[in-house]
Amino acid sequence: MNDRPTGVELLRAVERFLEQEVVPRLDGPRRYHARVAANLVAIVAKEIETEEAQLQSEWERLGVLLGLREERPSLRDALREAVRERTQALAARIRRGDADRGAWRDDLIAHLRRTIADKLAVSKPPRVTREESV
Amino acid sequence: MGEARPVTAPVLSEAEMMARLRDFVAAQASLAPGEVRVGSLRRLAGGASREQWSLDVELGGATPVLLPLVLRRDPPGRVGESDRGLEFRVLRAAARAGVPVPRVHWCCGDASVLGAPFFLMDRLEGETLPRRLLRNPEYAATRAGLAPALGAILARIHAIDASRPELAGLASAGAGVGSALLETRRIAEAVGRLAVEPHPVLDLAARWLEARAPEPGRRVLVHGDYRVGNVMFDATGVRAILDWELSHLGDPVEDLGWLCVRAWRFGNDALPVGGVGTREALVRAYQEAGGAPVDREALRFWEVCGNFKLALVFITQCRAWIDGVPSLELASLGRRTAEAEQELLDLMEGPS
Repeated sequence: MNDRPTGVELLRAVERFLEQEVVPRLDGPRRYHARVAANLVAIVAKEIETEEAQLQSEWERLGVLLGLREERPSLRDALREAVRERTQALAARIRRGDADRGAWRDDLIAHLRRTIADKLAVSKPPRVTREESV
Repeated sequence: MGEARPVTAPVLSEAEMMARLRDFVAAQASLAPGEVRVGSLRRLAGGASREQWSLDVELGGATPVLLPLVLRRDPPGRVGESDRGLEFRVLRAAARAGVPVPRVHWCCGDASVLGAPFFLMDRLEGETLPRRLLRNPEYAATRAGLAPALGAILARIHAIDASRPELAGLASAGAGVGSALLETRRIAEAVGRLAVEPHPVLDLAARWLEARAPEPGRRVLVHGDYRVGNVMFDATGVRAILDWELSHLGDPVEDLGWLCVRAWRFGNDALPVGGVGTREALVRAYQEAGGAPVDREALRFWEVCGNFKLALVFITQCRAWIDGVPSLELASLGRRTAEAEQELLDLMEGPS
């Protein structure tokens, strides 16, 4: 176990430094890139905070959709890999046409909406827009 | 795009470029090299697929003129690029059809002059940043009129006779295959090849599009990247339609659908056309200006296809970073794939 500050606390410190100390002192493309950097640091902090719960929920939903009952991996890396494998299996079923219509499609859509909402909850702090780079 | 994109180092010094441009322009304008002055050459920020330079050219002789110009050039040594000469001829045809575009002057297909084919066109004054369009008070009138203006301009683009010999060579779907189906399959194939993660939403979108591809119809000259970010504007309205390098023969509704893609709204989702107008206003102006009647299902198809294509753009840029291009901006774009996927779900299934 590491000492304080926690990983998330350190990232928040870096984000604050970039936003308040670096961005105002730059202009043009470098200012834009400094804001992108601050934004990415915020994404990583949010991911550290939320990933475990998101993965567990995604694992359970995929299990229901695919009719699988394996035991959930306890370590986060293994769980992430297992979710990827289940998602690959899900994608293969979609490509086979299993989701073209019917009740399974409705369940699938609900799962995908939740999954995308989770991703956006991580990646969507107020972000700078690309056009500012010009 | 930001400056972090890979930039091919110029093979020539800027002084050498200006000297060669002076000789090229003199020959084109039937002047002696001493009667042409080239100055203020500087590289403009731009995409990785082509270079843009700003320069001033002064033509001497009987009636001297000063031309503020932009040079568009394929990056030296790059292969498989769009045909600069064809883009030049498309721009000329567009100008003749009454489409606001920068006037083109001279085109050079000889790679030995500047290391790659290039052409020269007018450097127009105007704004191109959509964020300023959406926020700045001085553009209120431009915002209000933009969707109808873009509809009317698009009708003129699609009315260009694409069978003219000078437009030979425009890319198009193969005979017997509709561009809608071809585009769907091209994107799906590229996603499968480039994505490092499974993307079930994109698999779902591919099947949705396959099942709804409009029948192959009339093929027209399509701009290919018709969005607010490629519009130069000022407080009076549209100054020019830019970036024609993706123009091709295809379904006219493709341009309308791409213009409605959510990412160009910059958060102003209440107005689907670039955050400034409604689909109805766009389509009405398009049809009133002579555009063929727009089938609503076809428009929905091409809007879904546009968001599908945008997801591929994010995946492609993320993949470039994974493959070693050290750009912070590229690194930041992979996570935006989910934004396009959310829009795909909303368009296919209705908003949640």
